[in-house]
Amino acid sequence: MKRVYVNEDWCLGCHLCEFYCAFANSGETDMSKAFKLGRNAAPRIRIEEGDGINFAVSCRHCQDPACVKGCIAGALSINNGVIEINKDKCVGCYTCVLSCPYGCIVIDPQNDGMTVTKCELCTRNNAGEPACAANCPNRAIVYEERGEA
Amino acid sequence: MKYVIIGNSAAGIGAVQGIREADKDGQIVIISDEKYHTYSRPLISYLLKGRVTEESMIYRPLSFYEDNKVDTMLGIRAVSVDSASKNVLLEDGSKVSYDKLLIAAGSKPFVPPMEGLDNVKDKFSFMKLDDVKAIEKTVKQGSKVLIVGAGLIGLKAAEALEHYGAQMTVIDLADRILPSILDKEASDIMQAHIESKGVRFILGTSVKKFGENSAELNNGETVDFDFVILAVGVRPNTELAESAGGSVNRGIETDTRQAVKGVTDIYAAGDCTKSFDISAGTERILAILPNAFMQGNVAGRNMAGKESYYLNAIPMNAIGFFGLHIITAGSYDGEVYCEKDGSNYKKLFTKDNSLKGFILMGNKIERAGIYTSMIKEHIALDETDFEMLKKNPMLMAFSRARRNEKLAGGVGND
Amino acid sequence: MPVNFFPAEFDVVRNTDKCIKCRACERQCSNEVHFYDADFDKMLTRDAQCVDCQRCVCICPTGALKIVPNPNDFRKSPNYTHQLMIENYRQAGTGAVLLSSMGTPKEYPIYWDKILINASQVTNPSIDPLREPMETKVFLGKKPAGIRKNPDGSVCTKIDPYLELSTPIMFSAMSYGSISKNAHESLARAAEELGIYYNTGEGGLHRDFYRYGANTIVQVASGRFGVFKDYLDTGAAIEIKMGQGAKPGIGGHLPGQKIGEDVSRTRMIPMGTDAISPAPHHDIYSIEDLRQLIFSLKEATEYTKPVIVKIAAVHNVAAIASGIARSGADIIAIDGFRGGTGAAPTRIRDNVGIPIELALAAVDQRLRDEGIRNEVSIVAAGSVRCSSDVVKAIALGADAVYIATPALLALGCHLCRTCHSGKCNWGIATQRPDLVKRLNPEVGYKRLVNLVHAWDHEIKEIMGGMGINSVEALRGNRLMLRGIGLTQKELDILGIRHAGE
Repeated sequence: MKRVYVNEDWCLGCHLCEFYCAFANSGETDMSKAFKLGRNAAPRIRIEEGDGINFAVSCRHCQDPACVKGCIAGALSINNGVIEINKDKCVGCYTCVLSCPYGCIVIDPQNDGMTVTKCELCTRNNAGEPACAANCPNRAIVYEERGEA
Repeated sequence: MKYVIIGNSAAGIGAVQGIREADKDGQIVIISDEKYHTYSRPLISYLLKGRVTEESMIYRPLSFYEDNKVDTMLGIRAVSVDSASKNVLLEDGSKVSYDKLLIAAGSKPFVPPMEGLDNVKDKFSFMKLDDVKAIEKTVKQGSKVLIVGAGLIGLKAAEALEHYGAQMTVIDLADRILPSILDKEASDIMQAHIESKGVRFILGTSVKKFGENSAELNNGETVDFDFVILAVGVRPNTELAESAGGSVNRGIETDTRQAVKGVTDIYAAGDCTKSFDISAGTERILAILPNAFMQGNVAGRNMAGKESYYLNAIPMNAIGFFGLHIITAGSYDGEVYCEKDGSNYKKLFTKDNSLKGFILMGNKIERAGIYTSMIKEHIALDETDFEMLKKNPMLMAFSRARRNEKLAGGVGND
Repeated sequence: MPVNFFPAEFDVVRNTDKCIKCRACERQCSNEVHFYDADFDKMLTRDAQCVDCQRCVCICPTGALKIVPNPNDFRKSPNYTHQLMIENYRQAGTGAVLLSSMGTPKEYPIYWDKILINASQVTNPSIDPLREPMETKVFLGKKPAGIRKNPDGSVCTKIDPYLELSTPIMFSAMSYGSISKNAHESLARAAEELGIYYNTGEGGLHRDFYRYGANTIVQVASGRFGVFKDYLDTGAAIEIKMGQGAKPGIGGHLPGQKIGEDVSRTRMIPMGTDAISPAPHHDIYSIEDLRQLIFSLKEATEYTKPVIVKIAAVHNVAAIASGIARSGADIIAIDGFRGGTGAAPTRIRDNVGIPIELALAAVDQRLRDEGIRNEVSIVAAGSVRCSSDVVKAIALGADAVYIATPALLALGCHLCRTCHSGKCNWGIATQRPDLVKRLNPEVGYKRLVNLVHAWDHEIKEIMGGMGINSVEALRGNRLMLRGIGLTQKELDILGIRHAGE
């Protein structure tokens, strides 16, 4: 299955992936509008910054995902390998935040934290392919098949 | 192969998924004394406060049984198991035979003997969908409610009843709230937060005697109520395992494949069983949904012949009360790192070069799973930049090799 | 603070309706032009620090940025231009030689743009390169003057060592140190994939790149940095750098702050010391001395590699080239004065040397006149900007060209001409680790490959139009060229006729 991978050698820490992610999931067609209307579009990818090292982290779409198994509401599910969140079912208990070993479940500010949100590989927005990878200026983030273990 | 699962909640559903990973065709029968499509037990408080509906609180889609070829026998209680003839005896006298059996019977409310309790007309437990339905019939705007028990269940009930503008009094024999998951400092923060929402706590005391609409406490106070919620504690349902001849010591005892000790072809999972808590190194009952699902899942795989072990159980809780969230995990033992800023609170416990447990509250909860994974994976602290990790859970603090392994992965974990 | 005699060169213009305050511009500007002000909740700029590299403009996700020349101007004088005044102010402030980078921006004639290419009509019909074979492969080195026989009477098939190029384009010398490791890797990988060559420049060869040796030209310059046996053995050819078009008469100068651990090891000099190449090779004061070096290098590599001698295009270039052709060199590279550099004194860059077009035509003619054109191949360098420049250079007599600035453009360079600051925002002319990583060689090498492929297609199209199906047949074919707007003297030197003739 194709997944989003980051190569920290090339990640510049520009944070553009976060902005493109938030934009792709904002439902807006103009980036300025997406951020200026104050709708708190939330990125589902996160840049970690260190001393000379940066990298982006987003949902790994685990085959045996702790978040899905632990979800008390049945709000997380796997659809063709993509772990999806059903915000209508999510009650915002954050058991998935507790479970995800990558720290990739995001408390959704758009919903005042009443639900979580997460990377769905842009399968449920209009971006077509993951916006983080498509817009990474240095190809540090790639969306590709690397085979399953 | 015929699989019989007693229990229709997280552990039972986990088992169905586990069985179907290895066996697409074997017959699966789920028996439950509740008549409902599988629903999420922890969501009953959200149902009571109107956050979810009965339709949206289902734990798996309506097509789940059909999709997974599961036969259901709902609304009928299993009363015993004959492991010699491999039959489950139901309350109507009928029998269901099995090749592999899973006992995922959950737990029941524990109500200690209290004088005059029989006098109370409206008294409820708070564990099942039917409890909520009963409360909904009784509760009115501004009802006076006495909640006995300041644990997770009692306080989740209180949060839900705030929706009705209920005047609530919570009493507990313990001198602080949520003692099972919080330390004293965190309890105090949460208590102050809940009190600010209008809930009254009377701690360190118990009911001496119930009247029809009032309770006389051992500290001399009297509390009036329209109805009572009893949330003192729970007891695992171990009777079925006992009847089968399985090993029971408070909870059902299993091996790491979830097979019940002392019998064959019988497995157990969920709140009725004991788990080995790797953070404390002891056997205990971990009555939490993720644990139930994972135990059930492992049991299901083994029942269907796919070798699987559950080796990294730890206590863990993610829960919020009146908008203040808590995430906790592991055991609270060892050296302490603490941050406190209003109702935002973090405490990490380290021992023997590893993280053993944590308590996070308020805005300190983000990315908590990174801490959880450190406990579960026994990551050596000296292999990490723990000074960095203390402040914020982040993958940056791991060695490059481990980081690369993690980020390249995603292939499997739990 | 004393009075600042001159204003910022550029205005950084931000469209606040578009700006989403993502701060990518701030994070990406090594000159610290952009910054976020919490009190205003706005992005602000320090215009005076802007070098117009366009990194922020390119990376801004909403297209909110524009960099424009500051319209503020001094009182106009065609004699004392704005630029000259600023330069004098600056020198009065620092007491230092002015430094510049890349090619001269001064408005000298560009002869490429005054030369037009022929196309066939009716007779000698044009060729469609998509339907018919078209050869761009070239060989660089000495060509045998005639058939030679072995003592036993058989034909001698042994020929001098040569370079084989899939297309008559090579990446010219850019040293590791002046450009980043990732830029070097991009060039090396592209050369390998394209079947051409890149040139180490005078900075030695990083161990990681020995694997690209078959596509590497190793340079020996007056500083002899990084020159040793393995280095010479690894390259496909050896280039002796006598001069550079951007700074004829002086040697390279790499400031100490660019000499980090890796550069130091590669150049074989201490970390942090300035790498100053002497103006001359201290062992070369005559063509005979040059011949000694050429044969020393050939001897060291057992006559397996061609030797290139690179010179800057200067006034008596034809005579110099004649001497070099007789000194044993296999290839002469001539570098015109509009060529780029990582750092050069401004006055030298802008005033010394001559255009490559004139130098090339003069050299080719001189070697032909002397009957020694077959002794050497000629590589033209110093502002070959596009495929039509390549075609014109070949028709003027070149066997191949060196390109560097277009290669840098492919890697993202925006010709801000501040390489010497070491703060290249595109990760090319810098050794700062955070900047170097901005050039992912995986991306860079593919862009270089694309660029050369595109040029190769165009060269074939243009040759086809002329009815010529191989570079061999185009070389020195000046009948295919006509001048436009040139004096008779210029036409004579170029050896071409005027348009309409």
